[in-house]
Amino acid sequence: MKVAVASGKGGTGKTTVATSLALMWGECTFLDCDVEGPNAHLLLHPEIERSAQVTVPVPRLHEEDCSYCGACADFCRSHALAVVPGKWMIFDQLCHACGGCSLVCPTRAIYEVDRRIGEVRFGHAGPIRFVQGELDAGEAHPIPVIEDVLKEAGDQGDVIIDSPPGTNCSMIAAAEAADVVLLVTEPTPFGLHDLTLAVEALKVINRPAAILVNRADWGAGEVHEYAAREGIPVVLEIPHLLVVAEGYARSRPLVESAPEFRQDLLGLRAALARTIQERAA
Amino acid sequence: MKICVTASSEGLQAPMDSRFARAPFMVFIDSETGDAETIANAATSAGHGAGTQAAQTVTRLGAEVLLTAHCGPRAFEVLAAAGVKVFGVEGVTVSEAVDAWKAGKLEQLENSDAAAGWAG
Repeated sequence: MKVAVASGKGGTGKTTVATSLALMWGECTFLDCDVEGPNAHLLLHPEIERSAQVTVPVPRLHEEDCSYCGACADFCRSHALAVVPGKWMIFDQLCHACGGCSLVCPTRAIYEVDRRIGEVRFGHAGPIRFVQGELDAGEAHPIPVIEDVLKEAGDQGDVIIDSPPGTNCSMIAAAEAADVVLLVTEPTPFGLHDLTLAVEALKVINRPAAILVNRADWGAGEVHEYAAREGIPVVLEIPHLLVVAEGYARSRPLVESAPEFRQDLLGLRAALARTIQERAA
Repeated sequence: MKICVTASSEGLQAPMDSRFARAPFMVFIDSETGDAETIANAATSAGHGAGTQAAQTVTRLGAEVLLTAHCGPRAFEVLAAAGVKVFGVEGVTVSEAVDAWKAGKLEQLENSDAAAGWAG
């Protein structure tokens, strides 16, 4: 089973939940797709064994072949290219690496080179196979890094995907790679608002969802009402526990700080499997 | 000579817009005849790359001088490559800006003065 742990709002406890799920499920693959700020390693303490660069193709120019017609710049929707009389300019960080400029160039003056935008790291945390992507500082496009991490999902065994926050392309990429999405929310107006956005996004990509309410003792009534209206199961509630926050500050995972949730997290496997089956039925 | 001025509405009496790439309009003025032509700035809706797009609009329409207040690094690089001189001015109308430029009262910007993606 591939489960993406996601949320609309940031800071609801995605990584806290995802890392402890992995620790309870044992033999599994953990993919940290929050490439703009990966931090699951702080709770899982993996040993990193190797790393690989993530590159994207960006255009370069054979100057002697260029007629400065501007066809490439006209084509570029990202406005990464500028052509003025006698000068061709590429702004790498704007480039979406579509390759279109080299195709439309009438004199075939454009070729591509690989440019590094990030890194994927591979390791183990006990029985957990750990993969983490990180976008280089200053880079604007996280998707190629996320895609390289998701390639490690494989076809067998349990995979836990720590999704980036929000409901943008990054979160969609992570959710699309999963069989089911566990939405971690908190009972605040912001939490519910962004949960709604996440649920709507998952409808578009047709992925079944389950809800985990973190800090549920703040009053989860509205979340339950919303979940019931949408027909989404609330599979677990975790109260706001000081001991968990203190442990988190010391890089201790939830299941160590609050072992009373070990069985609940173990049981999530069955609840999530049911969510997938009900969708399929 | 053609002069481009960033504006918040159309025509010579329009108030200037202090942003370059995100200004809703660009007014192109012929400094000899005084003829003015306003175009809507397509770059205002660009997610990223508004600077490079707007700079190319300026160069393609043949302006040699740009009057604006703030210009990002990518836009400035394109304008500089095309030999467009950028002069800083704000808080006046398009025609007042052109008059100030003609009178030699404006300072030429030598560098970008705004961060990439700035839309202040």
